[in-house]
Amino acid sequence: MALSTSSVITLNVNGEKHTLPVDHRTTLLDALREHLDLTGSKKGCDHGQCGACTVLIDGRRSVACLQLAVAAEGRVITTIEGVAEGERLHPVQQAFLDLDGYQCGYCTPGQICSAIAVIEEHAAGWPSAVTADIRPEAGVPALTADEIRERMSGNLCRCGAYVSIVQAVARAAEEEAGARPAPAAPGPEGGPSGSAGAGGGDGVAGTGGAEDTAAVNGAGSTASAGGAHGAGAAHGAGGTHGAGGADDTEGVGMAV
Amino acid sequence: MREFGYQRVFDVSGAVALLGSDPEARCLGGGTNLVDLMKGGVERPSQLIDVRELPLDRIDARGGGGLRIGATVTNSELAAHPEVRRHYPALAQAVLAGASGQLRNMATVGGNLLQRTRCGYFTDTSKPCNKRDPGSGCPAVEGEHHNHAILGASAHCVAVHPSDMGVALSAFDAVVEYETADGPGEVPLAEFYLPVGETPHLETALPSGALITGIALPPAPVAARSRYRKVRERASYAFAIGSIAAALDVRDGMVSDVRLAFGAVASRPWRAREAERALIGGPASADAFAAAADAELSAAETLPHNGYKVTLMRNLVVAVLAELAEEGAR
Repeated sequence: MALSTSSVITLNVNGEKHTLPVDHRTTLLDALREHLDLTGSKKGCDHGQCGACTVLIDGRRSVACLQLAVAAEGRVITTIEGVAEGERLHPVQQAFLDLDGYQCGYCTPGQICSAIAVIEEHAAGWPSAVTADIRPEAGVPALTADEIRERMSGNLCRCGAYVSIVQAVARAAEEEAGARPAPAAPGPEGGPSGSAGAGGGDGVAGTGGAEDTAAVNGAGSTASAGGAHGAGAAHGAGGTHGAGGADDTEGVGMAV
Repeated sequence: MREFGYQRVFDVSGAVALLGSDPEARCLGGGTNLVDLMKGGVERPSQLIDVRELPLDRIDARGGGGLRIGATVTNSELAAHPEVRRHYPALAQAVLAGASGQLRNMATVGGNLLQRTRCGYFTDTSKPCNKRDPGSGCPAVEGEHHNHAILGASAHCVAVHPSDMGVALSAFDAVVEYETADGPGEVPLAEFYLPVGETPHLETALPSGALITGIALPPAPVAARSRYRKVRERASYAFAIGSIAAALDVRDGMVSDVRLAFGAVASRPWRAREAERALIGGPASADAFAAAADAELSAAETLPHNGYKVTLMRNLVVAVLAELAEEGAR
């Protein structure tokens, strides 16, 4: 029996169902960009190393470049185009705007999708590689700059906007923690999700121009940047959160 | 990329039947390694059998202690699980030290065990590689090998296994459970990865057509005080150049139980049994830790650019055991 190498699938993206034929080799990233015209998710390295293609699948951040489209059928997919509520930006988008959490904007949709999930993972009590005591009895670690850098390390930024990105994630986490109902009984599995002080909410005000809005909505630079933002970015040893030395730490200017 | 068929399976028997009928089929879990290797032409499956919907996504306590971890549990779920963090903290730390948040959300435990080496010659189909193309040679021996093996390698292959999770599992005597058309089977992790020898392309003892269904972790009280430390070329999101999973129990200043396993030094997670033998019953002192490390590393065979790993691993053994001893004394 000859195996079929293509399928007609239905993808649930940002609350809308799309039925489309796909060659099985099609990644979710290519299906989004080339078939559904959702070009907010960016192709950086196409090898799962840069995070520019980060989307939420069943609420979990994932790299769309290593996710086959056919295997994403039946799952709930949220891209950068789907995180705002109408004209009201997601708090993470707003924080990136207000605090200049980007420069060229190419990695920004992935950074924002990742940050949205980071805040949820932290609120759910997930530890990270820099959490000093990961026993459940130790409770949830404060979302310090070190925690943010580690948790966001799957998203590279070649412009090096990390200092502002960390501030933006911290502020959004603080806002969302304030908006979230207090946990009923902070037991061993879910302590209070305290976040570190983000150095006040008076960050540098975003210019709020059209370019900025485009970047956080994912409509910024679209296809042409593939070369410049290619695999080189992913291998750059200097390009990770947390890899920097004292300069990074000082630059963040956060109470940790 | 070669064209391929795709089928989603919902029960283990269905998956095993498909696997048994097509030796070129591959299981698709998170796909974080397999899809990448397919893009590069290293893996060329005829079809993918998507195992993500199999009912193997649970972590269960076992009677008498220990855990059973289903094969489709994601790395994230494993690392966040309270029983894992409480009783096998080094395992949670190892998983958290690997890859990125995005990849840990996708990757599965079964796939983690079966991931392939990141040796640059293996992943580049324009280069010879005995693991990918048996008999074609190993350019790493005379080429780029600063992150290659110092233990258990051969002239045919010096690649290292990339898993962090496997190192902690190795320290805690994990057992791999699988299913074939003939029924269930199991193999200790210590025997799961085959010696390199002259056949680096033969990597595991998993029978042909078998599906990994889970991992059994036996009870190990010593594991409650355990640690994973990973050294890499950047602070996060990189493969290890050396790592260690260690657990230590000290009574009256003497080592009453100890577990040690090394990562990024061999073609498999390297259980440091010589070091354990040297330590057990002896003093919990820095000198004893160093002597134990030397006992293990005396078998090391280095290449021109990876000799630093011997020093690195020795220092890791001494530092991590000293930390565990100090915490235990409090």
